[in-house]
Amino acid sequence: MIAPLKRILAILAKEFIQMRRDRMTFGMMIMVPIIQLTLFGFAINSDPRHLPTAVYLEETSPTVRSIVAAMRQSTYFDIKQQVFDPAEADRLLQNGEVAFVVEVPSGFTRGLLRGDRPQLLLSADASDPSAASGAVGQMNEIVRRALNESLGRGWSSLQGQPPLVDVVVHRRYNPEGITQYNIVPGLLGVILTMTMIMITSMAMTRERERGTLENLLAMPARPWEVMVGKITPYVGVGLIQTGIVLLASTFVFGVPFLGSPWLLLACVGLFIIANLAVGFTFSTIARTQMQAMQMTFFFFLPSILLSGFMFPFRGMPDWAQWIGSVFPLTHFLRAVRGIMLKGADATAVWHNIWPLLIFITVASFIALKRYRVTLD
Amino acid sequence: MTDLAIDVHGLTKRFGDRVAVDNVAIRMPKGQVWGFLGPNGSGKTTTIRMLCGLLKPDAGQGTCLGYDLIADSRQIKRQVGYMTQKFSFWEDLSIRENLEFVARLYELRNIKQVVDQTLETLGLSSRQKQLAGTLSGGWKQRLALAACTLHNPAMLLLDEPTAGVDPQARRDFWDQIHRLAAEGLTVLVSTHYMDEAERCDEIVYIAYGQLMTQGPVSRIIDESGLHTWVAEGPGVRALADRLRGRDGAEHVAYFGSALHVSDSDAAKLDALIASEGGAGTQWRRERPSLEDVFIHLMGQAEDKS
Ligand SMILES: Nc1ncnc2c1ncn2[C@@H]1O[C@H](COP(=O)(O)OP(=O)(O)O)[C@@H](O)[C@H]1O
Ligand SMILES: [Mg+2]
Repeated sequence: MIAPLKRILAILAKEFIQMRRDRMTFGMMIMVPIIQLTLFGFAINSDPRHLPTAVYLEETSPTVRSIVAAMRQSTYFDIKQQVFDPAEADRLLQNGEVAFVVEVPSGFTRGLLRGDRPQLLLSADASDPSAASGAVGQMNEIVRRALNESLGRGWSSLQGQPPLVDVVVHRRYNPEGITQYNIVPGLLGVILTMTMIMITSMAMTRERERGTLENLLAMPARPWEVMVGKITPYVGVGLIQTGIVLLASTFVFGVPFLGSPWLLLACVGLFIIANLAVGFTFSTIARTQMQAMQMTFFFFLPSILLSGFMFPFRGMPDWAQWIGSVFPLTHFLRAVRGIMLKGADATAVWHNIWPLLIFITVASFIALKRYRVTLD
Repeated sequence: MTDLAIDVHGLTKRFGDRVAVDNVAIRMPKGQVWGFLGPNGSGKTTTIRMLCGLLKPDAGQGTCLGYDLIADSRQIKRQVGYMTQKFSFWEDLSIRENLEFVARLYELRNIKQVVDQTLETLGLSSRQKQLAGTLSGGWKQRLALAACTLHNPAMLLLDEPTAGVDPQARRDFWDQIHRLAAEGLTVLVSTHYMDEAERCDEIVYIAYGQLMTQGPVSRIIDESGLHTWVAEGPGVRALADRLRGRDGAEHVAYFGSALHVSDSDAAKLDALIASEGGAGTQWRRERPSLEDVFIHLMGQAEDKS
């Protein structure tokens, strides 16, 4: 009984020593729970508030103004701007600049006073159904309270009756609120992030770990030649993955595809390059494949949590949104959802593309800067 | 053009605050075979890596094949064949795929022909599809040599190429080296074997990062100023422990069954042998061997550091 125990203890001690020596693993073991706690504890909120909203008012009576004020006060809506053209309202919604458009038709107040139950139109960007649901659910209550205050006692006698205003909700881009519409295009980004970063970071680290890097460096290949040569095959892998996800998305999950496939392909291309650059940077830092793997997760975790993939982006506090904006996945998700679900064109997704370009530039710069032609 | 293949001086490399190579100068003419010797961790690999541009020297400069060590490292890489101490070809590629990859990186023409030819010479034609990782030590070494000579380099840097290889393979390997040298190739080869060192035109000996001596074997022995007595016979074992650490016996070392006792001071050594030369042993004075000299140099380096 005692001999096995002694040997187990010997192995235990050896593992502890090795664990302590591997600083990076040790750091990750401490950092990962801290990051998770921070993200889940503080950053993630599935009842998003302060959602950017545009109003299109065909009339501006005191009553209408009080409804707008009540919306603002509810903290669910952040009234960003007033538009004077329905087409402009559509554009804002499609770009993702606003999450809601409130439309008050002319004759609203008159109809209200006559007891005609006039319509108030709330168009919601429902491409992410969970992001919109909280605010939509509150809308009737907000309007009721606003009317109470604005019209006074005489009207409150009508309480208990059907509501005075007919709040019509248009769930745009995903009228039935199907979550797959949101998740499946998002998965494309998640899968690409995971595999692209992991494969590239390991491909280079493997050379180092096995000692073949010394041989490679002793031969006349330039750093960018090695980088391009190593990365290109994985661009192909990424494109195959994209094909699989898109086929499944269309034929298995029935997700609509409204925009241009070529535009999507261009975005996928940029996104793959962005991730490969990250992977290559990691491979210049990690000493072992194990470390490369850990760094991949270190990047992947906040990517999926803060990008708007798992939780509504706008539900997060400002600091988390700031961090989230750094990750390419955040911008890619918006572009993919825009193109597939909203039929967004190149101008509409441009503000999701330029952050990717900046990311690629910075990441490639760091990768090339860190890549050494020597073994130092 | 200079007729020196290697001409470096002041070469220094630090890892943290540890000096791995300290102010080393080497001037090696083209077309020769030089041996690079020194105990483990003395800085041989580090020096070789600096020579072929794999490590950046912290200080020092010079040329390799006439190219500046730091500015022209790409030219150097094109014309140098470097065989790493640890087998560093791709174990998950076949023998043929490894050779083809190397040939492509050097932009060789007629790759198929060159590789076929090389496989033929190596005697590996029938096993060309075998994964390199499954080769035995001796074959790995042959493959590595073939791969690093594929591009017709002007100079070979070989880092302990014969470590862990059987005696016959070692001989074959050296025959190959001398064939290449006869064709005009310059070779710098690090080794721990004295018989290999003796086959070199000159020796560079390094210890604790410092160059201790350099020259042809006979000159190194002559200039060492060392004197050696050799004892043989049944009484030798008891003798060794008695002599170690005594004044006049700087080092006492076995060579096979014979005992070598050496010192720089001939008079003291003679006196010691005269007083201790017990029964059952035959003594004779001999010219120190290369290994005696290296042990002596290592002791000197230890004293210095
Ligand atoms: N990459 C490195 N990082 C830190 N120390 C190193 C590195 N490479 C070599 N060294 C140290 O430099 C010294 C010389 O090593 P090396 O050149 O490999 O010696 P040799 O080849 O003669 O056995 C040794 O002490 C070794 O530990
Ligand atoms: Mg070495």
